[in-house]
Amino acid sequence: MAETIFAERKDQVHRKGEEPFQMTCDKESLAGAVSQRACVFCGSRVVLYPITDALHLVHGPIGCAVYTWDIRGALSSGPELHRHSYSTDLQESDVIFGGEDKLYRALTQLIDRINPKAAFVYSTCIVGIIGDDLAGVCRKVEHEKGIPVIPVESEGFKGNKRAGYNAACRAMFQLVGTGPIDDISPLSVNILGDFNLAGEIWIVREYLERMGVQVVANITGDGRVDDLRRAHGAALNLVQCSGSTIDLAKMMEEKYGIPFLRVSYFGVEDMADSLYKIAEFFKDIDPQVMERTKALVRDELSELYPRLKEYRKALEGKKAAIYVGGAFKAFSLVKAFRHLGMTVALVGSQTGTEEDYKELHEITDPGTIIVDDSNPLELSSFLQEKDVDIFVGGVKERPIAYKLGVGFCDHNHERKEALEGFVGMLNFAKEVYATVMSPVWRFTPRKRAYLSKSQEMDVCHEIKAIQN
Amino acid sequence: MCVMKSKPFKTKKEPYVATTDSCKQCAPLGACLAFKGVEGSVPFLHGSQGCATYMRRYVISHFREPVDIASSSLGEKHAIYGGGPNLKLGLRNVMAKYHCGLIGVATTCLTETIGDDTPRLVKEFRDEFADELACHGNPSIVNVSTPSYAGSHVDGFHSAVRAIVDQLASNVQTVKNTLNLFPGFVSPADTRYLKEIVHDFGLNPVVLPDISETLDGPAAAEYEKIPSGGTPIASIKGMGTAVLSVEFGRCLTDSMSASNILEDRFNVRSRRLGTPIGLRETDIFMNALEEITSRKTPVKYELERGRLVDSYVDGHKYVSGKKAVIYGDPDMVVGLASFLTEIGIKPMLCATGAKSQHFKTAIKAVTEEILDEPSEVLDNVDFFDIEETAEKMSPDLLLGSSKGYKLARKWNIPLVRLGFPIHDRFGAQRICQLGYKGTQDLFDTIVNAVIQATQDRSAIGYTYI
Repeated sequence: MAETIFAERKDQVHRKGEEPFQMTCDKESLAGAVSQRACVFCGSRVVLYPITDALHLVHGPIGCAVYTWDIRGALSSGPELHRHSYSTDLQESDVIFGGEDKLYRALTQLIDRINPKAAFVYSTCIVGIIGDDLAGVCRKVEHEKGIPVIPVESEGFKGNKRAGYNAACRAMFQLVGTGPIDDISPLSVNILGDFNLAGEIWIVREYLERMGVQVVANITGDGRVDDLRRAHGAALNLVQCSGSTIDLAKMMEEKYGIPFLRVSYFGVEDMADSLYKIAEFFKDIDPQVMERTKALVRDELSELYPRLKEYRKALEGKKAAIYVGGAFKAFSLVKAFRHLGMTVALVGSQTGTEEDYKELHEITDPGTIIVDDSNPLELSSFLQEKDVDIFVGGVKERPIAYKLGVGFCDHNHERKEALEGFVGMLNFAKEVYATVMSPVWRFTPRKRAYLSKSQEMDVCHEIKAIQN
Repeated sequence: MCVMKSKPFKTKKEPYVATTDSCKQCAPLGACLAFKGVEGSVPFLHGSQGCATYMRRYVISHFREPVDIASSSLGEKHAIYGGGPNLKLGLRNVMAKYHCGLIGVATTCLTETIGDDTPRLVKEFRDEFADELACHGNPSIVNVSTPSYAGSHVDGFHSAVRAIVDQLASNVQTVKNTLNLFPGFVSPADTRYLKEIVHDFGLNPVVLPDISETLDGPAAAEYEKIPSGGTPIASIKGMGTAVLSVEFGRCLTDSMSASNILEDRFNVRSRRLGTPIGLRETDIFMNALEEITSRKTPVKYELERGRLVDSYVDGHKYVSGKKAVIYGDPDMVVGLASFLTEIGIKPMLCATGAKSQHFKTAIKAVTEEILDEPSEVLDNVDFFDIEETAEKMSPDLLLGSSKGYKLARKWNIPLVRLGFPIHDRFGAQRICQLGYKGTQDLFDTIVNAVIQATQDRSAIGYTYI
């Protein structure tokens, strides 16, 4: 184990109970360590991507645009411009002579062709080096075409994903405050930090509707430019995935005096707590809101609990590992696994803050490994050491789990299954059950190594029973 | 997708400046794939962290295997003062943790633009850290220049293969009677089959790259830091002693050819052949093996060939006269065009996202014997161009990567998934399309795709077609 962890990374790994809690985080990834992190551009791209009626033009060589083309399950109820990939596809001559002219022509042509409500122009590594005046070109095109054309300062090397989140928030903030705000209810919110993967924001919106709360802007799942423009008319900002959108919430609080609440729609407690917090906020304006919320939670839970119980019966005592992008998901997942009677043996994130890790330390059991900015060698050794039954992560984590014969649940942007809301908890339980209880693991070398000959015989009988 | 519906087709004089829905990836990705095919190798991108992570995700989604790509993880200060120190630190860290046999360093747009002299930095590294290198068994370090703004993943792939040969090959013989085979970017299953063929002719194959195990490995009890398999470095070092080099790729330019280096430097004769898809291109490959070994094609393959011809006859009416659109890497498209032509399907449009100077000539060479009207052939295009050109052709089927699915869906025609990336189907690493056996798989798949389309569209619900 010790051999697997770089000396430089020792302070980014903590084993609860073995030493006083202290963790280093938010630092640059170590060269050669095969971090699971991406870059600044990635951070901006994930946040802005679900704005469905905007042009998203990546100014740079083709890679950055092609690797982010329609890879996320951010659904739209209308326009689908976000599902295309537009790039200036810079060539050697552009690098030598500058890419401003190409960017100008690409932008004007595309705006004429696809008629977007706004354009986001993403800067990439190379643009930061060759010194194109992105803002200047954007201003010019904005003036000519009459739509907002917003530069996103997302040069890949200028920090990590969090810097990209911040750049995206600054870009969106340019739109906020430019639209009309009449007809907005005093019971109104913006949903920040939900990307409508597998239609999740629609689940949350439906709950809010039942509570009598109006949603002004989805930021950014199933997002619309015009909604963002009038987002300053909302009474409250709901911030999930705090890493990605809290900067926008803070900017809106400062300029427009809109308070924000940190929420999470994953898992039973967090979902219910979030709804109660929202009701609490509006209770002075509408004394009935809390009653409606209680009724909603009661209805949902009475449907969910009996079904959840079935899964819990099978999953009780199984072990889970979690490695996700943002730490907020990890909090909810730790609690969600507890609901299923499972323990969490490893929890980590790519971009957690000191506060995040403190919270993780508080909610986890002794012996749990907590890790920041991990890599395949560490993750694989933790999975083996802890002998877990399921690993929750994204595409890059999946083959590590599968190769070792460990179940897997995709909790990243590629997923096609809604995991938010009360129904999401049920979907999550189903997915965990489907992978953990699959009969395939008994054939994998890792499990076979633990089985004695006689147990293998039992397995053969079991298989026969299944087949019959 | 249909935003242009009401507007006239663009003319050649006013091409769109932007690339919409690209039909290519960037050069460093191709280099990483090539490096993945060397035994004990870790691909290493000299650039910012995002490149490595994005490419890993993209490649993993296709192969469904762990794909570790290291990065020098450059930050802002490195971009200003140079990435050398981080490159060296990264190399040391990879050596220390991976116990690798080779580190394949590919550059990115960032490091090419800030002016890092990567070959010099690698050389410096070898001098400065000679003891540390020795401590870790002296792993080879191969470097290749792959700025993302020049060429595509296809160029990155070939450049890396060429760099490996250029920097490692010698005439130190380890195994006798070897044949060098440069297959290009083909599937792990196809790679396994190519090795089998060469073996059956009594030769020892040195296939570069060999991703047959590294990107399609067995389940493991212990996590392998670097998956087993890949071309052994000793075999690469012995490439200068082979009896022949066979290199697939009618579109390959001389400057991109790895076999040319072996011919120039070690007098290893080189045969440049088309990627063996279909009967005729496979015949050419088998004839080349017959010629070099003075052996007849083993009965096993004669039988495969016989069955293939038999099936061409059995299935010809299902596909005869159908119109297809093919897109993907130039050499795969050429092979598919050759194959489709010989089974009576018209490749109406042959398209590639890469820039390729020989693409047009190669398509003509493999189709003109049979085809009455030449195909439309386009290189350096995106899916917007492909859609615009293909729409008026009313094609019956599409052949290419997952990324054409939206077109197939729009036109309600089958998409036969081939090439890279395949992100919406299972088993991409096991797709066979080379040789008689692979062509057989492909033929069956295509005929069935056409049958299914007919069946699905019929109101009758035939159970017998």
